[in-house]
Amino acid sequence: MASVSLKGLSKVYPGGVTAVQGVDLEVRDGEFVVLVGPSGCGKSTTLRMVAGLEEISAGELRIGERLVNEVPGRDRDVAMVFQSYALYPHLSVRQNLAFPLERRRAHGSKLLRLASAGYRAAARAEDAALAARVDEAARTLGITALLERKPGALSGGQRQRVAVGRALVREPAVFLFDEPLSNLDAKLRVEMRAELARLHQRLGATMLYVTHDQEEAMTLGDRLVVMEGGVVQQCGTPRDVYDRPANRFVAGFVGTPSMNFLPATLVEDAGAPALDVHGARLALPPSSRARPRAPRRGRARRAPGRARALRRGRPG
Amino acid sequence: MSRGRYWALVPLAFGALLMLFPLWWMLVVSLETPAQAGAATVEVGALELLPSEPQWHNYADAAREVGSVEWQGFLDALANSILVTFLTVLFTVLSCSLVGYALARIRFRGRGALFGVMLATMMLPPQVTMIPMFLVFRSLGWVDTILPLVVPALFGNAFFIFMFRQFMAQVPESLVEAARLDGCGHLEVWWRVMLPLCRPVIAITAVFTFIFVWNDFLGPLIYLHSERKATLAVALNSFRNQFGGLEDVQYLMALSLITMIPCILLFLVAQRQFVEGLGKGAVKG
Repeated sequence: MASVSLKGLSKVYPGGVTAVQGVDLEVRDGEFVVLVGPSGCGKSTTLRMVAGLEEISAGELRIGERLVNEVPGRDRDVAMVFQSYALYPHLSVRQNLAFPLERRRAHGSKLLRLASAGYRAAARAEDAALAARVDEAARTLGITALLERKPGALSGGQRQRVAVGRALVREPAVFLFDEPLSNLDAKLRVEMRAELARLHQRLGATMLYVTHDQEEAMTLGDRLVVMEGGVVQQCGTPRDVYDRPANRFVAGFVGTPSMNFLPATLVEDAGAPALDVHGARLALPPSSRARPRAPRRGRARRAPGRARALRRGRPG
Repeated sequence: MSRGRYWALVPLAFGALLMLFPLWWMLVVSLETPAQAGAATVEVGALELLPSEPQWHNYADAAREVGSVEWQGFLDALANSILVTFLTVLFTVLSCSLVGYALARIRFRGRGALFGVMLATMMLPPQVTMIPMFLVFRSLGWVDTILPLVVPALFGNAFFIFMFRQFMAQVPESLVEAARLDGCGHLEVWWRVMLPLCRPVIAITAVFTFIFVWNDFLGPLIYLHSERKATLAVALNSFRNQFGGLEDVQYLMALSLITMIPCILLFLVAQRQFVEGLGKGAVKG
C-alpha cells in the first residue's frame, strides 16, 4: 500500500479547456478518499491522471515517494475499476482475473520454459501461485462458481464483482474506482457499497473513489473531496463536510434534502451578532462571533440551515 | 408464412436458379462422356438434367493431365495455390488489423490525413500500378518466386484496413484502458484484446482475400513463369489451351470444379460470420 500526493495537479486539454485546476490532496496510506461532485466537475479527470490515462498538464503526482508524472499507468502499481466494468468479453472470468498477472510475468517466459528444465519448474510454481491468487480473489468476492463463465453470461452485480476481483488479484499500491456502482440498480448498489466498505476494512488498502452520488460518498469515504469547476471546494471527513461546509456550493451539494438558504441580515442582538430572518433573530454560534473578519452589520446575507436543525419554537 | 412472403420468394428463387445454372451445367458436363459433353456444349437441348452414367473418373483424368508430367502439374499447382493463399490471407489479416488498430486507437499527428491518403488508394485501379510494381519486383530479383504475390499483403489493403478501423473504433475505450493498466502495450492490446473481438471482420477479410487470391490469374501469370511454380488458376488456363476443344470439355469442367471447391466450402463454413461481418462493417461504419 502507499500514500498518494497530488500537488497543484492541473489538466488543460488541447484547445484550452481546463478540466482540473491546481488540485492539492494528500491521501494517506490505507485511506479511503472519495472524490465527489456534479458531472463535469473534474473528479474523473483527476482519477484518470492518477491512473496514468490522462497526461498531467501541471503539478506533481507522487505514489508513495515516487514521482510518477511521466510513468506509464501500467508501471504505477495502481488498479482501476471502471464504470462499464471493462471485462474482456472473449475471456472467461478466470482468464479475466488472471489477465493482469499473466501480463506481468516476464516476457518470453514460454520460450525460456521450453529451453530449461529448472525454468520449467519455476514457471510451474509461478502458474500455481497465479491460480491460487485468482482462487483467493474469487473466494473473497464470492464468485468462485462463476470462474468458467464468460462476462456475457453474468448479471451486472456479478460483472462488478469480477471487475473488483481483477483489481484485487494484482495487490496494487492504490485502488482506483471510477463510479463503479452507477450501472447497478438501487438495491444492488447498496449491497455492493457495503461489500466495498468491508473489502477496504479487510485489506486496509489505499483507495481513491469517484462518484457523483453523495450518499455513496458519505457512507464509504474516510474523507470526501468535493469538487466543482475543476477545483477542490472542500476536503474533510463526511461529518465535517456535512456539518461545516466550506462554502455555499458544498452546503448546497451535500445532503438530501439540500441545505436551505434564507435571506437574512446581520444584526446585533444583546451585544452579540445575530441574523435577522424575516423578523426572527437567530443567534450566531460562538465560532462565528470569534471570526476576526466578521461581515459588516446590516449587510444582506443568506442564512444556511438544514431542515433537521430547525426546532419548533413557542409562539411569540 | 404469409402469402405475400411466398410471392417474394418467387423472384428470389428465380435469381438463385439463374446463378446456380452455370454451376449445374459445369457439374453435369464434367460427368458426361466426351460425346455427350461435346453435344451439350453446342446444343442446350442435348444437356441432361442428371447424367445417366456419371463418369467420375473424369476428375482423376483431368487432374492427372495437368502439366507435362502426370499428376505432378496438378499437385504442384495445388500446393502453390495453397501456399500463396495461406500466406496472403495471414499477412492481410495481420497487417490490416494492425494498421486499423493504429488508426482507430493511437492518437498521433497527421492520423486523419494518413487515413484520407489510405482511402484515396482505393480509387487507384491496380492496372495503373501493375507495370511499376513489376519493375520494382524485377529489380529485387523476385520474378518467378511467390514473393511478389505475398509480400504486398504485408502492407495492408485499404478496404480491409477501413473495415478494421471502423470496427475497432466501436470497441469501448475503457476496455483498451483496462488492458493498458493491466500491463499491455499497444501490440499486446491489439493481439490479446482487439483481434479476438474482431472475429467477424477477420472472417470477412479472410474469406474475401481467399477467394480473390485463390482465383487470381493475372498476378501469378505475370510473376510466375516456371511450370512447377504455377498456381491452379494459371494451370487451369494452360489446361484450357490443351483441352479446350469440344471433345475434351468434360475435363476442363471437372478441373474448373475442383478449383472452385475450396471457395464454395469456405463460403458455406464461414457464411454466418461472413454476413455478420458485412452487417457490422456497414452499420458500425
